[in-house]
Amino acid sequence: MRVSLGERIFSIFNLIALGVLGLLCLYPFLYTLTISLSTAAQANTPGFHLYPTEISWTSYRMVLSNPDILIGYRNTVLRTLLGTGLSVLCCAVAAYPLSRKEMPHRSMITFLIVFTMLFNGGLVPTYLIIKQLGLINSIWSLVLPTMLTAFNVIIIKNFFQALPESLVESARMDGAGEWRVLFNIYLPLSKPVLATVALWSAVFHWNAWFDAMLYITDDQNQVLQTFLQRIVVESGTELMELGITDSSVLQFTSETIKAATIIITILPILCVYPFVQKHFVKGILLGGVKE
Amino acid sequence: MVLPVMLFFLIFNYLPMAGLVIAFKEYVIADGMFGSKWVGLDNFARLFASEDFPRAIRNTLVISCLRLGFGFFAPVILALMLNEVRISWYKRWVQTLSYLPHFFSWVILGGIFLMIFGTTGPANQLLKLAGAEPVNFLTRDGWFLTVLILTGIWQSVGWGAIIYIAALSGINPQLYEAATIDGANRWQQTLSITLPCLVPTMITLFILSLGQFLTTGFDQVYNMYNPLVFDVADIVDTYVLRRMFGLELSLATAAGLFKSGVGLVLVVGANALARKASGGEQGVW
Repeated sequence: MRVSLGERIFSIFNLIALGVLGLLCLYPFLYTLTISLSTAAQANTPGFHLYPTEISWTSYRMVLSNPDILIGYRNTVLRTLLGTGLSVLCCAVAAYPLSRKEMPHRSMITFLIVFTMLFNGGLVPTYLIIKQLGLINSIWSLVLPTMLTAFNVIIIKNFFQALPESLVESARMDGAGEWRVLFNIYLPLSKPVLATVALWSAVFHWNAWFDAMLYITDDQNQVLQTFLQRIVVESGTELMELGITDSSVLQFTSETIKAATIIITILPILCVYPFVQKHFVKGILLGGVKE
Repeated sequence: MVLPVMLFFLIFNYLPMAGLVIAFKEYVIADGMFGSKWVGLDNFARLFASEDFPRAIRNTLVISCLRLGFGFFAPVILALMLNEVRISWYKRWVQTLSYLPHFFSWVILGGIFLMIFGTTGPANQLLKLAGAEPVNFLTRDGWFLTVLILTGIWQSVGWGAIIYIAALSGINPQLYEAATIDGANRWQQTLSITLPCLVPTMITLFILSLGQFLTTGFDQVYNMYNPLVFDVADIVDTYVLRRMFGLELSLATAAGLFKSGVGLVLVVGANALARKASGGEQGVW
């Protein structure tokens, strides 16, 4: 194919623009990393902070010696494991009957589930229900309400429907019941979609902070993101509550402390991101956006 | 198998919807959700008579429109740009970096941007290099909105582009071959082949984004705003939350119901329009 001058100029410009965009996506994290590794004095000098001139682990030591952060980490890991495991399992169990043609009232039930994507009770009624159920301050308040989400159920259902019908028939012939068909035939064949739902769910649980802010009232059960939210967004007075009361420290380290807390929070995601990002992308294409 | 699933949705999704009745009641904790006294539309009347709620609606509309106006086409443009890249490792890297921000909560991103757009942060450093005066990005109304919209697009553009890139890879290459034979250049091919092929995807995503029209952005706004910019940044969701913390539960519910009601009308309306315009072929359902 012949390439005109205009097209060549365009493609060079295009490559540069995309490179800049990529760097823009990276820079805020790089900046945070640098600040977290800087001494307080360096962090406060204006500049772009592309790399730390002198590495200091002080802020990390301070953050890690804060018991709240460790409690938060424990609770976040717990909710992520529990929430993801239950969510994948239950979404698959929910999707299975909806994927079977012989299921009575299938389309109406599907509609009722999809409708929850379009309309919901909102903040206050949901809170009151959670409270009535006695879930306040329990990890279940973070796991149960999002265990079955319409979107995930529908994605798995669509995947199940694409599996060949003859598999089920032959299994039935051999005397397999519904649960057997689901666990021994459908689930092993659905690994890609289940992996995607698991990843989405894990990221959701790792990042969730708002539900914990509402439902968890005892700091012993609080999650990392909510502690982070207090430190980062409501800094100052909150730092004092965290036991950092030395005013000179308070004045100069708040930025580095914030940055170190952020890095500690995102580290697990950053570590697995290069390996699992492919699956996220695959998943969005599997389900599409169609219901 | 289906019974426990139905029960689950009933408890966690439909029961809260039933709980919306307190929007029409004077909710008293002791009387419970269904025992409290009916007050009709009083709560709504109070909402619209107040100063804060109309402001919250206006702010929500402004932010949502800006977001949709500037943000909707950004992923399409990114996908088209990536589509033109012939160096595959470069394309892969840019793409991987571009959806990185999607995986972090706004607690994290908000915290980072509060630093970057702070008075001594790198954003002001850049202005200084350009010879401009420093700006209080986070406390000046106009600048705050600019930062809010731009960082919002920054966070979502890469992820949004994925679906378009998939749609692009599904285009029949023969179309391009035929166009090349007819003498169409790359730009003409983009305009008359690539873009039309993306339209169905765009319509679907547009309808879905209308469903989120009044919802998106709470996480972001809540983690970035401050009382100095309430005039432009206090949205319905933050208003609801404040009322809830103020224990005005009926008022908060009424405000929330108003928002989700409008959202439902928007998405159903948009879907109906899309179906009508395309003779029943397009639309989400």
